[in-house]
Amino acid sequence: MAEPYQRQSALAHLGLAARAAADREKSDAGVQLGERAFPGQLNLRGDPGNEEFMDAASGTVDCVLPTVPNTSAGEDDLEEGPRVLWLAPVEWLIVTAAGAEEALAGELVAAAAGCGGSVTDVSDARTVIVLQGPNARDVLMKGCPLDLHPDVFRPGHCAQSLLARAAVILYRRADEADGSASFEIHVTRSFADYLWVWLEDAAGEYGVQVIEV
Amino acid sequence: MRPQRMRLASGGRIDRTRPLSFSFDGTRYQGFAGDTLASALMANGVRRVGRSFKLHRFRGIFSAGAEEPNAIVQLESGPRTVPNLRATQVELYDGLSAASVNAWPSLAVDFLAINSLFAPLLPAGFYYKTFMWPKPLWHACEGMIRRAAGLGRAPMDPDPDTYDHLHAHCDVLVVGGGPTGLAAALRAGRTGARVIIADEQNELGGQLLNNRQQVDGSLGADWVATACEEFVGTANVRVLTRTTAFGHYEHNHVALLERRTDHLGPGVDGVRQRLWKVRAKQVVLAAGAYERPIVFRNNDRPGVMLASAAAAYVNRYAVRPGQRAVVFTNNDSGYAAAADLADGGVPVAAIVDARLEAGDDAAALAAVRDIEVLNGFAVVDVKGRRQVAGADVSILNDEGAATGGSARTIGCDLLAVSGGWNPCVHLHCHSGGKLDFDSDWACFVPGRTPLASRAAGAAAGVFELAACLESGFEAGARAARAAGIKRRGRARKAPAAERNSPAPARRLFHVPSLKRGGEAKAFVDLQYDVTAADISLAAREGYESVEHVKRYTTLGMATDQGKTSNVAGLAILSGVLGRPIPEVGTTTFRPPYTAVTYGALAGRDVGDFADPVRKTPMHHWHVAAGAKFEDVGQWKRPWYYPRADESMQEAVNRECLAARNTIGVLDASTLGKIDIQGRDTVTFLNRVYTNTWDSLAVGRSRYGLMCGEDGMIFDDGVTTRLGDHHYLMTTTSGGAARVMSWLEEWLQTEWPELDVRLTSVTEQWASAGLCGPGARRLMDDLSEDLPLDSEALPFMAMAEGRVAEIPARVFRISFSGEVSFEINVAARYGMALWNALMTAGEKYGITPYGTEAMHVLRAEKGYIIAGQETDGTVTPIDLGLERMVSKKKDFIGKRSLSRSDTAREDRKQLVGLLTEDESEVLPEGAQIVAEPRPMPPMEMIGHVTSSYYSANVGRSIALALIRSGRSRVGEYVFAPLPGKRVMARVVEPVFFDPEGGRLHG
Repeated sequence: MAEPYQRQSALAHLGLAARAAADREKSDAGVQLGERAFPGQLNLRGDPGNEEFMDAASGTVDCVLPTVPNTSAGEDDLEEGPRVLWLAPVEWLIVTAAGAEEALAGELVAAAAGCGGSVTDVSDARTVIVLQGPNARDVLMKGCPLDLHPDVFRPGHCAQSLLARAAVILYRRADEADGSASFEIHVTRSFADYLWVWLEDAAGEYGVQVIEV
Repeated sequence: MRPQRMRLASGGRIDRTRPLSFSFDGTRYQGFAGDTLASALMANGVRRVGRSFKLHRFRGIFSAGAEEPNAIVQLESGPRTVPNLRATQVELYDGLSAASVNAWPSLAVDFLAINSLFAPLLPAGFYYKTFMWPKPLWHACEGMIRRAAGLGRAPMDPDPDTYDHLHAHCDVLVVGGGPTGLAAALRAGRTGARVIIADEQNELGGQLLNNRQQVDGSLGADWVATACEEFVGTANVRVLTRTTAFGHYEHNHVALLERRTDHLGPGVDGVRQRLWKVRAKQVVLAAGAYERPIVFRNNDRPGVMLASAAAAYVNRYAVRPGQRAVVFTNNDSGYAAAADLADGGVPVAAIVDARLEAGDDAAALAAVRDIEVLNGFAVVDVKGRRQVAGADVSILNDEGAATGGSARTIGCDLLAVSGGWNPCVHLHCHSGGKLDFDSDWACFVPGRTPLASRAAGAAAGVFELAACLESGFEAGARAARAAGIKRRGRARKAPAAERNSPAPARRLFHVPSLKRGGEAKAFVDLQYDVTAADISLAAREGYESVEHVKRYTTLGMATDQGKTSNVAGLAILSGVLGRPIPEVGTTTFRPPYTAVTYGALAGRDVGDFADPVRKTPMHHWHVAAGAKFEDVGQWKRPWYYPRADESMQEAVNRECLAARNTIGVLDASTLGKIDIQGRDTVTFLNRVYTNTWDSLAVGRSRYGLMCGEDGMIFDDGVTTRLGDHHYLMTTTSGGAARVMSWLEEWLQTEWPELDVRLTSVTEQWASAGLCGPGARRLMDDLSEDLPLDSEALPFMAMAEGRVAEIPARVFRISFSGEVSFEINVAARYGMALWNALMTAGEKYGITPYGTEAMHVLRAEKGYIIAGQETDGTVTPIDLGLERMVSKKKDFIGKRSLSRSDTAREDRKQLVGLLTEDESEVLPEGAQIVAEPRPMPPMEMIGHVTSSYYSANVGRSIALALIRSGRSRVGEYVFAPLPGKRVMARVVEPVFFDPEGGRLHG
């Protein structure tokens, strides 16, 4: 079996763990950045008008598949269970804790394949960059054309958009304890290095703390 | 340091406790915090600030804002220099250094000032007329003319500053922070709407900072301060000062330029300028109005100034713009300016009013101060050459012409002119807004607009303060409501100001000169020296369209874009043509409103951010191995891996030989991959590919060609059947995104009935391609559960198993003609796989090869690359791939293949070329001829698409598209190249292992 130590996240070359350790005491940063490596990600396709499919898929992921554009369902904390992001009228991204995707994919295929559902494991196609802190939204505003006002893009909302020149899926988590916003940015693996360096540059004026996620 | 001899002892919005030193054209001066460069120069008595563009006449400060045509400066030097800034908008900072433009060698002594003697020889359309013929003369003179032309110099060094972009959204965007804009923002803000108010100046207030009018019973400036306090306490209102809204685009997209550190001087840390991309549900245009000049002879002398600007210098900057003033006006606002001047210590010798009667309130302003008023008079000429020394006045007749009656000269050094007001309609017009003509004020006002946008206050042709406040307040309320805000908010009464009883303005744009030829010195466009005579000449020569007149005379084409000249120019043209002004029309208003730096437009997308670099999971191995990289789309792919002193050719030769003699390994992760599921996938593949897919078994792969509707090759790749209704398609690296969108488009728009779902998995998989005689042995070493022999895993088959313990899909597909294994693993294991291959393969001499060797290897086999052998004009048949084109089924592009042109026999066809000299490598793109001549023209019959030196073949090889190429096999053709002619034999496009035995191993 492939050993976990053999795997490399998209940003492995940046030595983020060491930087996070060095930044641990940093308290005045306006922005915190970290990589949540190896997120489980399953692309689910199916017809929301097909009740059989909706029941089967929703039953498997433990929540009703969202049908309102740019909303999500399921768990904000992935340790509690999967989270389902609406991507398109017939497409969802199921996000799981690292490693939980394989079993879930099997269950989903078993449940939904017979009623027009299809499941594709895309866990390696994107990594997740966590961006939070009092100025997190300001950083996003520098590169993302969406309206990210706290009352408009609320916790649990998600969207596919551009951030700088990279295509991303943006998800807003529950706010941090201090009330500041927290975002997860799913970015395709080959763009991850570009986007991370861009984010650090854009966040420079607010102060950046690298965190372990 | 000289004293600021024109500075008033008190008043103004300057800080006398913060003196700032600056230099202009090498001379040092002192100003105060709160000054603009223009006001500081004026405080020091500097009257002449530039030379005009064509005639190099002296020019002085003309306005106090964005419309300034004369006081154009080059700010600072070196990499941070900025050309063509308006001194009226440059905030003073300590150490500022500026120079006038368009004067050489200096402002005082300008060699090209001699042009003004030749003015009669430089009429409208001079360059067109001169250089129509003889043509060579233009080439001879162009350099000279261009050197003399141009305002300012662009920096030559890289910009050291940081810029960025910010996307913002709001319910109501208020453009302009004068009384109207403030009223609008206050009203909209009170409803809870998300409001952005932007103003180009350093503080909100607009005209209220320049004059002494009262709002709600207090001085305008104090009322502004109260409004600003309300904004500070309102989280939903964002105030942007030093921010110019420069473009208004579709869907209420408004671009703002925020100057964050320019006022602090160069080299300050942080973001220098920020481009705001605002999406507003509603826009309120409260950008105000420009006062407009009146055209008369010598109206360009330093000391001629807009009346409101003269008042602004007194009130806001505490500077006397002259020692003795004459005010020339056709409306009441000139009287207020005269009062401000008189109260500010500039005696007003006379108010020259073109009207027979002023409004009562206006007349009272003059009477109280004992200012002489000449009703029914006009200024017809200006005394003084280096600056204004006096104004010649005369009685106007009913037609608006000076009669010469009661002529006298009034001594003055300041001639303040008010010709009425032009609403600032730029943003309204940027996105298709129409203009109406207000005949009372003889100005264009905003009409219909396709956008959710409304003008208010002076920008809408409302020029009285009380009405502006009401108009802005109302616009703010309406905008918030239109943006969907239900709350009406508190304090719903508009701020109030005193109402006057104004008299109408007199329509007067131009006072014809009493002197013969005097019109040639009556300037309409001050920056480009366009005179009333030029416009008349253009009209006489048949230019009737305002757009033609503009280009012929250059009216309004200078850096100020004619902000003070356009309407006067139109009025003069309308007079000559005998057509009313609205019929003459206006020229087009285009963004940007004022110039925007390239730095701000580029924002953060410079250097490494200019374009994303995409990296494969094995990228850092390639870097460590010293690979040279090639750009493939946004990907960085290893091009070749030079060892020690190897040249590129040596490295590529070594890599090519290894791939055919030992083992080569290629990072193929960039290949596009699309996961396809659904019951109708076979139908779908049959429609998008030219070949048939019905018979493909699970676990087998097939090469496919895609055509566009035109029958031309669009992309190619191998598709593998993973399960009953599950396929994996590969595309070219560069075409991945394009193919994905193309397929989605067909599915969504043409074939929604098909049960087919596409998911891009390009990035999910890392891919390493092993090839060569040792490949199978290495695979055997690394895998226990994979069938590897040709029986179990034949060419074009796929198996799943483990390679180096890593779960993998292994494809027996080949782009080299050797036995190959393309190993796909989850991207996280890409590096682990690669390391395992390199370690275990070392004993077999495994050699990583790059895209160059890949290209050579496939060319040796005559395999095409979509995008290299094809260019959108090449059909499968042209490439000799008839066997790939099904006759039995329909597919995209099929019908086009039977068009007479696509079906004809003599199209360009793919062939091989072997040069007579085996070491000669033809350049790719070289044209091919059958009958060479010593000189062009020659009939070209084709071109080289791929050309390499092949170490495996031991000579150069080339692929070419040649007309009727297949029937020319065996013939000789020629490539005429600079200095030589290369002869080549036409051959079949396969140079290595034509039987293909090695492929199956």
